[in-house]
Amino acid sequence: MFNWLSQIVAVTLFNVRTIPERKGAAFTAAVGISGVVAVFVGVLSIAEGFRAAMRVSGADDVAVVLRSSADNEMTSGLSREETRLIADAPGIARTADGPLASAELFVIINLPKRSTGSDANVPFRGVGQASMKVRGDVRITEGRSFDSGRNEVIVGAGAARAFSGLEVGRKIRIGQTEWDVVGTFVGGGGAAESEIWTDAAVLQPAYHRGDSFQSVYAKLVSVSAFQQFKDSLTTNPQLKVKALRQSEFLSEQSSMLTTFIEKIGVFIAAMMALGALFGALNTMYSAVAARTREIATLRALGFGSTPVILSVMFESLTLALIGGVAGAAAAYFAFDGFKAATINWQTFSQIAFAFSVTPQLLANAIILTVVLGLLGGLFPAIRAARLPIAAALRET
Amino acid sequence: MRFLSLIWSNLKRKKLRTSLTLLSIFVAFVLFGLLCTINEAFTGGISVAGADRLIVRHKVSLIMTLPVTYGRRMEQVSGVASAVHLTWFNGIYKNEPKNFFGSFPTDPEPFLALYPEILLPEDRKQAWLKTRTGAIVGRQLVERFKWKIGDRIPLVSPIWPRQGDGAWEFEIVGIYDGAKKATDTSGFYFRYDYFDEGRSYGKGLVGWYGVRVKDPAQAADVAKAIDNEFANSPYETKAEPEGAFVQGFAQQIGDIGTILIAILSAVFFTILLVAGNTMAQSVRERTEELGVLKAMGFTNELVLALVLLESCAIALVGGLTGLAIAWLIASRGSPVPNMLPVFYLPVRYLFIGAGLVLGLGLIAGILPAVQAMRLQIAHALRRNA
Repeated sequence: MFNWLSQIVAVTLFNVRTIPERKGAAFTAAVGISGVVAVFVGVLSIAEGFRAAMRVSGADDVAVVLRSSADNEMTSGLSREETRLIADAPGIARTADGPLASAELFVIINLPKRSTGSDANVPFRGVGQASMKVRGDVRITEGRSFDSGRNEVIVGAGAARAFSGLEVGRKIRIGQTEWDVVGTFVGGGGAAESEIWTDAAVLQPAYHRGDSFQSVYAKLVSVSAFQQFKDSLTTNPQLKVKALRQSEFLSEQSSMLTTFIEKIGVFIAAMMALGALFGALNTMYSAVAARTREIATLRALGFGSTPVILSVMFESLTLALIGGVAGAAAAYFAFDGFKAATINWQTFSQIAFAFSVTPQLLANAIILTVVLGLLGGLFPAIRAARLPIAAALRET
Repeated sequence: MRFLSLIWSNLKRKKLRTSLTLLSIFVAFVLFGLLCTINEAFTGGISVAGADRLIVRHKVSLIMTLPVTYGRRMEQVSGVASAVHLTWFNGIYKNEPKNFFGSFPTDPEPFLALYPEILLPEDRKQAWLKTRTGAIVGRQLVERFKWKIGDRIPLVSPIWPRQGDGAWEFEIVGIYDGAKKATDTSGFYFRYDYFDEGRSYGKGLVGWYGVRVKDPAQAADVAKAIDNEFANSPYETKAEPEGAFVQGFAQQIGDIGTILIAILSAVFFTILLVAGNTMAQSVRERTEELGVLKAMGFTNELVLALVLLESCAIALVGGLTGLAIAWLIASRGSPVPNMLPVFYLPVRYLFIGAGLVLGLGLIAGILPAVQAMRLQIAHALRRNA
């Protein structure tokens, strides 16, 4: 047993030491694999970041109420009467000022995007008094909050970054009204940060919305109070609404884009993995071919075929891991936290988010590397082990 | 030509390596083809935008509506030939959010006149004019849901519920094709009179206007004149050339599109690097044989050509099959018809791809080929000794 192990170690060391003599081929294989891993991590970090932006802001104890036929806020509509009924429903947390429910309006305005200078659809939300308490994680980082009844807005950090003209102190002109930017807010990196907020009561007349709203956000007394809240709304004959947990609502709103990016990401990574696998196979086959005589000599000296197989696999794995770790590191430094904004077709509005290279993603990348390394080494290793010793020794 | 067999046996002698190289080049060009297809899908609308057309929308954003009476007033603006309105209907089929497609109420006659790329047979046009609930549907959409002329299509619109129970019903009276490949044929157009009478609120309001100008060179001035016409009204407009509108829309995808394309290009070049290196290596290994050939009287140029032909042959076989497969995949239609309705590989990219294939063959072969050409016979023969 010990003899067998020492054989493996000896052959493997011998292999690894000779890698520098095959710099070119070894380097090519490692580059190929690092490319695969970088791309894999890069593309999927977009989807991860997008999902994170949606997830962080979606609390389980916050409910979103829309008209029953609507699949997003834009196509929903609720009268003031309905929003009052919703706010009175059981299960909603209350303070001295009344229920923690915010009737909101959601519209879109066009603002130039910083990266391209062209117009983009920016979500503009009119919120109720309780909106910040409902969401819990929204706080002002610069300036102050808007005063109710005035044409003042506060801007989410993501929106302030992605679109121009949203600095505190600036004015934005929308239609015939001018709005003062009085503050910037953060919302835990979530979807709210892509939005501009103002008082719903000011937004209604500016948008000819009369006395209507589009959604109600409500803070529930507990996560489990949701069922009671939902049932009371759906059984109320005066209401034609549907209630969703905010977390569900947001993940549904982003499902199309995340699925799209993931599909493309996995497809690209798969194609690329194939390409890199061919590269790795080529490298290892030439490595074995170049050492035919050496391997045959080892076998003639009494080394078994298992150590030979393992040593080739080990070499391939080493190269793959070097490439994979380099690729993952490159992707991490290039992509983690990268700020971007894109359009979410489902809400027809821009969402700002940061790419996120998660530990899970890095772990998957390393698994991919190991699989590529093993596959790339396996067949050449078997060939090495099967070499007919006598013929191989004679080879020039 | 008589040296073809020589090249062939060179390729055959390490069958495994040749096929692995072929396969990686193949993969690279499949990716290249799909990259171009996606790029085209993101930006394709720009190329079909009419130079003589403007899009006029509410100044604040596309989701705001304009009065239907603006059409007449626009046609009064000097330089305007005709105007037609469209509205975003957001129709959903069978109450399944994924059964979503672009659906728009409009005025049939001016609409078809303004958008000649929408090809509708004359008798179908007449049928549409006669049928109040009639709708014309793009070829791609018809194929997606296996509809045919005469089918009754119930749609629900979360934005525009119909008076009463909220559901709309349309009859398919025509199927239109696109005049160009890049024309979007995933649309569903129906009559505004039916829509306006049935909707439960917002009567007399439309989404945006398509406007034809008399002289494309004057398009920017006409756009300005239209905006001036409606300035300081409750419904201010923003008019811009169709191309600029579509481009602005495509740019909304912004960073994601750019990043996907950057990543795909990186993939493409990495694979080429790997494949090219392998090809170069396989020539280097044969230095002494090339020496033998030269000793037998092959000229320098002939040796150069042989080596180049060999690397080009690998590149061509792998690359062209890759492009062909990419073309096949693209022609099977969009995997995400909701997001990217126009999905095809334009011929110009096939030519660019073929150029890259040739370039790859030449670049991978040129260094070893030049080395082979300059080889001293005596030196080459001694190389392994």
